[in-house]
Amino acid sequence: MPRTTKPSRRRERLLALLLLALVLFSPPLVMIADRPLGGGLSALPLYLLLAWALVIGLAAWLLEGGPREEDQG
Amino acid sequence: MRSEAVILAAAFGYLALLFLIAAWGDRRASQGRSVIGSPTVYALSIAVYCTAWTFYGSVGRATTQGASFLLIYLGPTLAMLSAPFILRKMVRIAAAQRLTSIADFISARYGKSGALGALVALIALIGITPYIALQLKAITLSHAVLVSYPAAVDWRLAEEPFWADKSFWVALVLAVFIILFGTRHLDASERHEGMVAAIAFESLVKLVAFLAVGLFTLFVLFRGPADLFAQAGASPALRGAFDLAAVEGGALGWSGLLLLAFLAFLTLPRQFQVLVVENVDERHLRRASWLFPLYLLAINLLVIPIALAGMLLLEGSDPDSFVLTLPLSAGLEGLPLLVFIGGLSAATGMVIVETIALSTMLSNQLVMPWLLRASRLHAAHRGELRGWLLGIRRVAILLILLLGYLYHALLGDAYSLVTIGLVSFAAAAQFAPALLLGLYWRGANRTGAIVGLLLGFAVWVYTLLLPGFAQSGWLPLSFVEAGPWGLDWLRPYALFGLEGWDRYSHALFWSLGLNLAALVGLSLFTPQSRLEQTQAALFTEALHRDAMPAGVWQGETSRGELRRLLSRYLGAKVATRVLESGDDTQPAPPVLIARTERALAGALGSASARVLINSVVRGEALDLEAVLSILDTTSQTLEVNRRLEQKSQELARIGQELRAANERLRELDRLKDEFVAMVSHELRTPLTSIRAFAEILRDGQDLPEAKREQFLEVVVHESQRLSRLIEEILDLARLESGRLTLTPRRLDLAMLARHGLAAVERLQAERGVSLEVAIEADPAWVVGDPDRLEQVIINLLDNAGKFADDEHPRVRLSLCRHKDHYRLAVEDNGPGIAEDERERVFEKFHQIQRQQHGERRPRPKGSGLGLPISRGIVAHLGGRLWVESAPTLGGASLVMELPEAPNES
Repeated sequence: MPRTTKPSRRRERLLALLLLALVLFSPPLVMIADRPLGGGLSALPLYLLLAWALVIGLAAWLLEGGPREEDQG
Repeated sequence: MRSEAVILAAAFGYLALLFLIAAWGDRRASQGRSVIGSPTVYALSIAVYCTAWTFYGSVGRATTQGASFLLIYLGPTLAMLSAPFILRKMVRIAAAQRLTSIADFISARYGKSGALGALVALIALIGITPYIALQLKAITLSHAVLVSYPAAVDWRLAEEPFWADKSFWVALVLAVFIILFGTRHLDASERHEGMVAAIAFESLVKLVAFLAVGLFTLFVLFRGPADLFAQAGASPALRGAFDLAAVEGGALGWSGLLLLAFLAFLTLPRQFQVLVVENVDERHLRRASWLFPLYLLAINLLVIPIALAGMLLLEGSDPDSFVLTLPLSAGLEGLPLLVFIGGLSAATGMVIVETIALSTMLSNQLVMPWLLRASRLHAAHRGELRGWLLGIRRVAILLILLLGYLYHALLGDAYSLVTIGLVSFAAAAQFAPALLLGLYWRGANRTGAIVGLLLGFAVWVYTLLLPGFAQSGWLPLSFVEAGPWGLDWLRPYALFGLEGWDRYSHALFWSLGLNLAALVGLSLFTPQSRLEQTQAALFTEALHRDAMPAGVWQGETSRGELRRLLSRYLGAKVATRVLESGDDTQPAPPVLIARTERALAGALGSASARVLINSVVRGEALDLEAVLSILDTTSQTLEVNRRLEQKSQELARIGQELRAANERLRELDRLKDEFVAMVSHELRTPLTSIRAFAEILRDGQDLPEAKREQFLEVVVHESQRLSRLIEEILDLARLESGRLTLTPRRLDLAMLARHGLAAVERLQAERGVSLEVAIEADPAWVVGDPDRLEQVIINLLDNAGKFADDEHPRVRLSLCRHKDHYRLAVEDNGPGIAEDERERVFEKFHQIQRQQHGERRPRPKGSGLGLPISRGIVAHLGGRLWVESAPTLGGASLVMELPEAPNES
């Protein structure tokens, strides 16, 4: 029973995104981002918000449209 | 404008609006035009995650704990990203088995265990009540701030009588609302559509209110973000406010909180309610997976500006109220009211959903099982139980809210908002091992789950709840600082000497660690019941198969008994819908029993439903052995099937090949027999005549010399023919076995053609055949064996002569160049060869058959081997030989094509 590769590719991509988000939100990278900005405040919240927005954007892209090649299967 | 009356009017007006929306949603649902059938509404309803704790508490947490408030929303983001792997499975299972709460879900996974369901319900009740209390507190507090600002809130709750306490009335009003919209139906398949619509609306209100405060802070109180951040950066007190160092526990605490939020999002009863139970379409998860995180991002975007502004402008006031006091301090009237409504919506949304979820658990996992056991004692009791069930649920709602109020009234002051929230999170997270491991590991069993939950819950009580009581003054503070009875290694925040961790990571480590260890350890070493194994298989394989195979029910009961059971618990309408019409005295088919159990499970929980079904079904309701073997085999069978299919396809292919080969062999065998027959026939003809004449010569001594001469001539001629025939047969045999030795060399085909012509000229002239020659390519260099090629040319000319027209036989030889080949064609003006005969002339002895048909003109006999041999020779030399219609003379044309020889260099 051959199944289309599309959903499984999407699942794999989502899994990769999940791992990326996990890494982005976790200590080693968070510690790197924890340094003062020009104004004196830490860049940590800014980094988190940007990483968060990036993850959401990627998720929306993957879930709603997905890369072009997927249409060709 | 900030008078008590206005505020009360706004609050109750808002609640009335919620009533209207919920009623509208329910009416649309009953008309079949659901308002919640959209992924956006689904995503908004999930935002019930953002409670008053988010609305007021995020800013408070940001002022003390830096950026860590974001973790409480990053965790759910991770959980939503994992929706295709976790939530989808939960939704699929809950829909298939009609599971209506997380307690029901876990109980169903571990063999529909009543004890486990009750345990989960109890833990949820104890763990979540403080959270409900927190919402009531937030409403009361925000109201007090709004009324008494700028004076500090003078709030000595315990001294007030309860009827003067606003939160008591808030709790009552909410109870009425929830009873009206949460317990209209019993069957959980009829979802709380109106309630979900109201929750989605509330999510919008709180988002708008929060963003309004944030924008007001950024652009009215300050001149944009740059101004705010510059001022904050200039203040030494604020400079380090958002460093990682401000987070309790540092990097470790950071990870702990992220994990806690991730797990709690999946296990909080209200999240389970909106995510799983109220999900109308599995596909909604897809949109929600990014839309809900986007909502979280939006509601958190302006937390830091508000926190900074509050710390800059309102030093010393309560950070949990900054959202409210910032616009108040600027002298505004309308905005604080909007904020109050936003906070109210956040709080009510949470209380509504959480209470519905908890009341379902209470009635289905705690009260109903007990009632069922009791009612079995009075078997005569045949009352309509439907009303009972709804009553139980309504009382449960009231009870839960009063419990929340009591908690709030008795010890609500000690904790800040976020603290209570996280304690509740940690309690809910105890469900995670049993829930998540149960989804993927078939071996997890009931004993392990129960002991794990008990251990985890006990550790949670010890490391988080009791210290909270100590801080409220219920226990001596020394309990926290020195440990009970002065036992240092039992200090709740540093259990077994684990120092230096923040309390949440610490509590999470011990509680989840022990929970998980017990679950895994006991599962590995204790047995699983049949039903458990079945349920485990159904849960873990949920995404790969449809619902339970229904054909395996084997118990016996009648349709009438099922109908009585259903109408007793769910009402006659539901009974008719589930069972449809049919003869009530007939035995019920297995599918019907399964449907009845599912319907009962939707209303009463899976454990009770099973007890009830077993009470009317004689014999084992479900042949578990059979189910299990089906479930076990199907996954293996799928794989085996796949391989088998591959193999059989391969076999079919090989079989076909073999059949083809066999066919071919038979054909060859037939041809060989034919060939042998023909050869014998061909050999016999000259042999017979030789023998006949030889005998005449031997016996007839007195034959005249002329006759003898003539006969001897015939004998010689026939022997020549015989030897030629044998020569040809040998040639053919060599050709076919590939042993024909050719000595190819470069030669001029035109020259060879002329040689051939010269050789046959005399013979053809004798037969009266006129030869025409058209050699256009001269010289025509090809590579070939000259003797053999000449043999071919002669053969072609000879053949053409035989088949040319009887009256005026004409034969034409042409040689021309065609691309990088040379074509030598021999035409005749005979009758030609029909299209379908053309290949057959190259079959051995074919000619003989033609000659056997009556011919008008006696033709010189040929062996019938000339053309097959010629074709073999030409093919050996890399050329082709075929028949086509003669372009010039109109008869047949035999064309020989040979590749041009490479240039001599």
